[in-house]
Amino acid sequence: MRDLLTFSSVALAAMLLLVFGLSAATYRRPAAGPPEDLNDKYRVTIDNFSFTPASLTVPAGTTVTWVNRDDVPHTVVSTEKKFKSPVLDTDEQFSYKFTDPGAYEYFCSIHPKMTGKVVVQ
Amino acid sequence: MAKYIIPGYSEDGIDRRGFLKCMAWAGTGAFCVIKGGVLKSYGLSQVARYAAVAGKGDLSFVQISDSHIGFNKPANTDVTATLQEAVAKINALPTPPAFVLHTGDLTHLSKPEEFDTLDQVLKSVKTSRIFYVPGEHDVLNDDGKQYLERFGKGARGGGWYSFDQKGVHFIGLVNVLNLKAGGLGTLGQEQLEWLEKDVEGLKSSTPIIVFAHIPLWAVYPEWGWGTDDSAQALSYLKRFGSVSVLNGHIHQVMQKVEGNVTFHTAMSTAFPQPQPGTAPSPGPLKVPAEKLRGLLGISDVNYLQGKHALAIIDSPLQG
Repeated sequence: MRDLLTFSSVALAAMLLLVFGLSAATYRRPAAGPPEDLNDKYRVTIDNFSFTPASLTVPAGTTVTWVNRDDVPHTVVSTEKKFKSPVLDTDEQFSYKFTDPGAYEYFCSIHPKMTGKVVVQ
Repeated sequence: MAKYIIPGYSEDGIDRRGFLKCMAWAGTGAFCVIKGGVLKSYGLSQVARYAAVAGKGDLSFVQISDSHIGFNKPANTDVTATLQEAVAKINALPTPPAFVLHTGDLTHLSKPEEFDTLDQVLKSVKTSRIFYVPGEHDVLNDDGKQYLERFGKGARGGGWYSFDQKGVHFIGLVNVLNLKAGGLGTLGQEQLEWLEKDVEGLKSSTPIIVFAHIPLWAVYPEWGWGTDDSAQALSYLKRFGSVSVLNGHIHQVMQKVEGNVTFHTAMSTAFPQPQPGTAPSPGPLKVPAEKLRGLLGISDVNYLQGKHALAIIDSPLQG
């Protein structure tokens, strides 16, 4: 009986440690994706119905991330149908990896006046 | 009603001053009458006189627009409640509308549950039928398949159709599909061809009422408030003596008369948008809570047979 109690206590302590440790790790872990500085460099924000920067130049192999910070949904759609995001509601983001050099024009299919370009070198 | 249009019209001519006032105050409950293509503004004290002379009209219907069910941002955190208030307003009209037109953006994100809520709320409207056209928010992800199955049964192509009521020919158009980079709303070749055929056999004296989501006139192209091929569509309607175009999309009342065509946009039931060029973008306009219901509302439309007259009363939910 005593052995069982001891075992239970140890198991409980281990479980607590595991849960606490896991949540602490989750809490500290930065957002998924490239490190902060890279993320910012290759990020296009959507504010006030426009893409910023409107033209972004990146080396081949770069993953570009778009973040919608407007109160309305937007999309990121390649004019030549090379990529297409799902509908991005407020604070949602979309990433696409550009492997081949070239100029990639895109627009918001909901508000087509919104256009942008990624130049891959 | 907080604001009035000062009466200043003449019986026969276009009163420019009154017209401009009508433009300015339409959103707060002005009464605008179109006779023979001429828009006139009336002071609210004269509405009773006009009604007494003309009667309620031969055909009375209501336009609502831009319900955006699912939207929950600061500009209005309960768009279902304001839609319910719009329904209550319709049900309180002295003459029940023959039908209701919803000019698009039923939902905010085209989600099935958003369409469900819209459907549920509008079930309590006291009218015989609700006609719809889609907004760009109703055709996200699936090019409008879901919208068509639920709200566009029997319509052609992307959801366009026409019908006749009391001698008036109604045409519902779709200008939110296949939008092109850098462009505005689009009707597209297939729909334009259909439209040309649709009106071919009609007498030129037939009154025409066109309804579509995005304005069919260039309200403010910088914000995408216009339709690229609307001139082509309107060219098919040139020979008709009376053409009225009812739109939504811009969440505010605006009117314009161009020859035989009168354009009118309705308020949203969800949230207001800024006047053209007065904000960095056309995004939802956050106003003080007590002002919101003065900027949302319905449009009560009356047609008077033989007089080619269309009277539109824009009533805010409150104020």
